[in-house]
Amino acid sequence: MREYSAFALLKNALTGNTGWKEAWRKPELKASYDVIIVGGGGHGLSTAYYLAKEHGVRNIAVVEKGWIGSGNIGRNTTMIRSNYLHPQNQHFYEHSLTLWENLSQELNFNVMFSQRGVMNLAVGPAQLDDFARRGNAMRLAGIDAELLSREQVAKVIPGMDVSASARFPIYGGLMQWRGGTARHDAVAWGYARAADRLGVDIIENAEVTGFLKDGDTITGVVTKRGEIRAKKTAVVVAGSTGQVMKLAGIDRLPIESHVLQAFVTEAVKPFIHTVAAFGGGHLYFTQSDKGSLVFGGDIDGYNTWAQRGNLPVVEDVMSEFVALFPGLARVRLLRSWGGLMDMSMDGSPIIAKGPLPGMYLNTGWCYGGFKAVPASGWTFAWTIAKDEPHAFNRHFTLDRFRRGLIIDEKGQGSTPRLH
Amino acid sequence: MRITCPHCGRRDVAEFTYQGDANRLRPDPASTDQAAWNAYVYDRVNTRGPHREFWQHSGGCRAHLAVERDTATHAILSVSYARDSDTARAGRRP
Repeated sequence: MREYSAFALLKNALTGNTGWKEAWRKPELKASYDVIIVGGGGHGLSTAYYLAKEHGVRNIAVVEKGWIGSGNIGRNTTMIRSNYLHPQNQHFYEHSLTLWENLSQELNFNVMFSQRGVMNLAVGPAQLDDFARRGNAMRLAGIDAELLSREQVAKVIPGMDVSASARFPIYGGLMQWRGGTARHDAVAWGYARAADRLGVDIIENAEVTGFLKDGDTITGVVTKRGEIRAKKTAVVVAGSTGQVMKLAGIDRLPIESHVLQAFVTEAVKPFIHTVAAFGGGHLYFTQSDKGSLVFGGDIDGYNTWAQRGNLPVVEDVMSEFVALFPGLARVRLLRSWGGLMDMSMDGSPIIAKGPLPGMYLNTGWCYGGFKAVPASGWTFAWTIAKDEPHAFNRHFTLDRFRRGLIIDEKGQGSTPRLH
Repeated sequence: MRITCPHCGRRDVAEFTYQGDANRLRPDPASTDQAAWNAYVYDRVNTRGPHREFWQHSGGCRAHLAVERDTATHAILSVSYARDSDTARAGRRP
């Protein structure tokens, strides 16, 4: 299949754009594979890609319930950062950010990764102290962080109310300049195309309806398009984890599904040049390259499988945004939508072998899965290929709750709605 | 989403605070069974469909409620005082 390049663009422009091929094949299901990956979202596709690229496993099927890009990979607010406090998270997310930095070249697909900076706004001296602590921890781990004063924040984001009379006055911010955004659909398409070029079969519209078992050992899956067998079956289905794992006989997990809403306004001229998060309530926002303001807040707060939320959160998010940017009060909202979040009990993910023999599980991304797409796939592929975790994901085990080794970034305990 | 509080009537969900899954049963406080405590604290059934859960009418009468809600549709199927729920009854010891 052809490389994408400036030359290919020019050549196709001159030949009526008849030379483009579909980005990935639509293969028929084979009876068996070396590895089956259940879930064709960002994490599943990147797992397939790194298995093929880094570990030479080419005989892989990715089975997807809908079409590529139909799940959370097409529903998120596209923010990328590695500004974590705990070392277990820091090294993992920093590895992800490093992979993002070269992803367009790696995949030969422009994922529009834009390192426009990610800032956390502090709304009090105590929060600023906390951010200073987090920034210091990041710098000790080799991650970039800069503590900004209120005046510096006002320069970076003009138009924001930084006055002392604001309801939650801004005292400063913690900036990670290497953070930013990417085009979410392009990430799905880029990984799908790159995996396909290495021989991975991407099977769309093949919802998994059951697992094939030999005793306790998982030996394959039953899909709506037929049965497939494999020595290794990896489940990476985010918000649907509970439903899919029940098919394998796992009734209880440290996961609850919640809904997170996101919002987009009509396009306005560029004036927000970074990604920012406001800790007065919970609000994060960015401006897309088209000019739309993309933003969101808390999850709705009760477990749900409906991909839509309720009005109290809408009102809460809007009031926070308008409090920060009074000038935006009359900008119209274009769209809002909801996505299912696999909320774990400590706010950190699970990337591990098990819980049954022949099975591998990747879940618990809460509402921060997008930035992790490259490293999640990279470490999950390592775990599947070598049957042991990489140093980057060795803490993300399923039994850490029982062993008291939780990674609770926010210190909220086992209350998923607060992570 | 609206919840019919047995004391106050039908009110917007904004008046209520979610208090989690009502299917979990706390082990006897004297128990040292680590697996049972781990299951109580961390494991969830994460039901898709009718789900028993606790809410508090925190913006109203402050009563603790046991609610059955369909997690696929957000339909509220039944509401009662939490003290009358199966979970509360199961938790009572002679």
